[in-house]
This record gives sequence, C-alpha cells and structure tokens, in this order.
Amino acid sequence: MDESRPIFLQIAEQIENDIISGALAEETQVPSTNEFAAFYRINPATAGKGVNLLVDDGILYKKRGIGMFVAEGARTRLVAKRRDQFTEEFVRPLVAEAAKLGITTAQLAELITKEAHA
Amino acid sequence: MTAIIEARNLTKTFGSTTAVDSVSFTIEENRIYGLLGRNGAGKTTIMQLLTGQDFATSGDVAVYGQSPVENAHVLQNISFIKESQKYPDAFQVRHVLASAPWFFTNWDQSFADTLLGEFRVPLKRDIKKLSRGQLSALGVIVGLASRAPITFFDEPYLGLDAVSRQLFYDRLLEDFAAHPRTVILSTHLIDEVSNLLEHVIVIDEGHIIIDSSADDLRGSAVTIVGKSVDVAAFVEGREVIHRDGIGGLSTVTITGQLSAADRQAATAAGLELAPVSLQQLIVRLSVLEDAATEGVLS
Repeated sequence: MDESRPIFLQIAEQIENDIISGALAEETQVPSTNEFAAFYRINPATAGKGVNLLVDDGILYKKRGIGMFVAEGARTRLVAKRRDQFTEEFVRPLVAEAAKLGITTAQLAELITKEAHA
Repeated sequence: MTAIIEARNLTKTFGSTTAVDSVSFTIEENRIYGLLGRNGAGKTTIMQLLTGQDFATSGDVAVYGQSPVENAHVLQNISFIKESQKYPDAFQVRHVLASAPWFFTNWDQSFADTLLGEFRVPLKRDIKKLSRGQLSALGVIVGLASRAPITFFDEPYLGLDAVSRQLFYDRLLEDFAAHPRTVILSTHLIDEVSNLLEHVIVIDEGHIIIDSSADDLRGSAVTIVGKSVDVAAFVEGREVIHRDGIGGLSTVTITGQLSAADRQAATAAGLELAPVSLQQLIVRLSVLEDAATEGVLS
C-alpha cells in the first residue's frame, strides 16, 4: 500500500485493475470484504469502504445473502474512465520529463513508436 | 455507531507530574483504535483509568455509561493485556489458560489452543521460566481468545519476534472480522500497525494531539523536496511542520491535501513530492508540540 493516499481508494483501484485485466470477470463474485482485509492486511472497515465506493459507482453490485458481483458492462465503463485519465496521468508527465531532457516532440513520438514495435 | 467509552476532561496527576491533562475523547463500538505516543506520553495511564484500575484526579470516564471502577457489569466486558502482566508465582501456562474462562464469558478454548501452537508457547512451562517473547505471546493469546467486547492491548509485544508480530496482526484482523469488537492497541511500532487501525488517537505529554480516522490522516501531510528557492515559493502560505535542508536543497513537510493542480505545479517547478507515513507524521507533530511548549515556535 502506498502511504500518500487513503487505503480504501487504493483497494477500489486494485479491484478496478483486476476487472480491467479480466482477472475478475463480469457477473462473477468478488472476494468478501473480510477476505480483502485479510489479504491486504488492512482494517475490514477500510476494505468495506473501498468495496462500497465501487458499489456506488455501479461497478459492483450486491446479491443479498450471497455477496458482491462484478456488474455487466463494468469493464467497458472502467476502460472509458481510465482513458479519460490517461492524458493527465501519463502523457502530461511524459511530455514534461521529455522537455526537461531536451527531447523534442518528434523524437518523443519516434521513441514511442519504436517501443510499441519492440 | 455507538459510543461505548467516553472520557471527559480526564486528568491524572502523580505528585507534581501531570500524566494526563484534561483529555476528552470517545471510543466507538466495533472499531480498532490505535493509542499512540512516545514513552511516558500517558498511554498506559489512560488505559488504567478507562479500565478502572486507577482513579482519575478529576474528570470522568463512562464505559457503557457507567464508571468502570469496581463495576462488575463493566469490567466483565473488558480484557486488558498489559506490557508486564504479573501472574501468581506457582503458575504454569496451562493455569493461565484454565483460569481465563472464569473471567471472560466469550472465551474460546480451541482458538486459544491453536494460538498456543502457532506462537509456540509450551503449555507446561512455569511462567517464571518463559522468555520475554513467550510471556508477551501468552498475553496476546489471552487477549485474542478472550474475545472481550472491549480489548486493550498495551504494548503487547515486548520481545516478540517479527514472525510472531505478523501472526498477531493477522489473527487479530481475522478474528476481528469474524467477531467484531472494540480493540484499543497501544504501541510505538506505528508503521507496523497503521493499516490495521480505523481510528488513531495520539497522546503527547498528557494531551491529545491527534484524534482522527486513519483514512483522513493518510495523505494529510506531504514532503516537498527540491531547490530551496522553489520549495520556499511552493510552501508559501501553507502550514509547515518540518524543515530540513542541505546546501541549496530543501525538504519541507506541510499539512493539508494537495489538489491535482498543486501537484502539477510542483512537478512543473521540478519539485518532488514524497508521502509522509503515519509514523513520520506523528514524530513531526510530537516534536512540533515540544517546540511549542518551549516557546521556540508559536
């Protein structure tokens, strides 16, 4: 866990990552709050807060008496959300760092193309 | 959430020393609290007052709405594991486990047996012959297996090795999840326990300096590293809790959340942002408190 941000946000993000990667498929059951707590060694209330965040977003839903499940269409929605954040989180710092090192935009584009084909 | 412990203006003096200075706080049901602070900060004294083992000089404590002193109704719901628990001279480990169910109605013998094996505490050993770590392990076992609605652990792990401490955290979380109860854990190994805690109370020199949910504390401070001029410009108007530097470089810790725009501005200015762990935050604030009382800072 990273120290700078609330743990419940990090738990929510971790579950989102697992949904995006396909590790947690749509309409499958996700581990219980207590299982998350034991696995990440965190307070169960904190784990519950993370899970509830995703329930509020409609990414997970509750089946009464059974547990939490990944909602249909969750993956598509998460991918769309992450794409919106992609420029801010990845492209902008990349461009800033390149500028600091004197790498031109053209050179940067070339580097990206080369990396993608490697 | 229900408040089960309430302390109001609680004060305890020993001669001319004020160990606890008019503190007020509330403990809510079924949460894990961290009672943190330096040696001699007043943690143990507060626990003794909350469990009716000592009398307050002034102010009052209510546990389930009543005073805990000599109050069976309150005390039968409390398990208090002390750093240096004393046992009768002739006791062996098995005698401690045999007598525990007399005091704790929720005592789980099979859980105690499992823990005994996991912590490798020999059942037929004289208490006097246990190592410091085994003695601490025994306390932890009694505290967990008693499943008391309110469990105090006061520095429960003097001499416990890293494996046993991890075992304690794991079993505490598991059993807390299965049998929710109120746990108040006092420790100075803050980094080790910070993820277990839901709420943090920090005591320094008898005063409460932090009383906050662990989530709110996380990210409530940030350290900025970079060229002194840039750092100085960035922290202008913010609450600085620590400054350090070497040559033209500065390291400054400020409180408050940084917005996304703040972070971008920092990166653009070539500054590095480093998270502040709960332990670092508490160290910074305790030191700041000292400086304030000595009149160095205002």
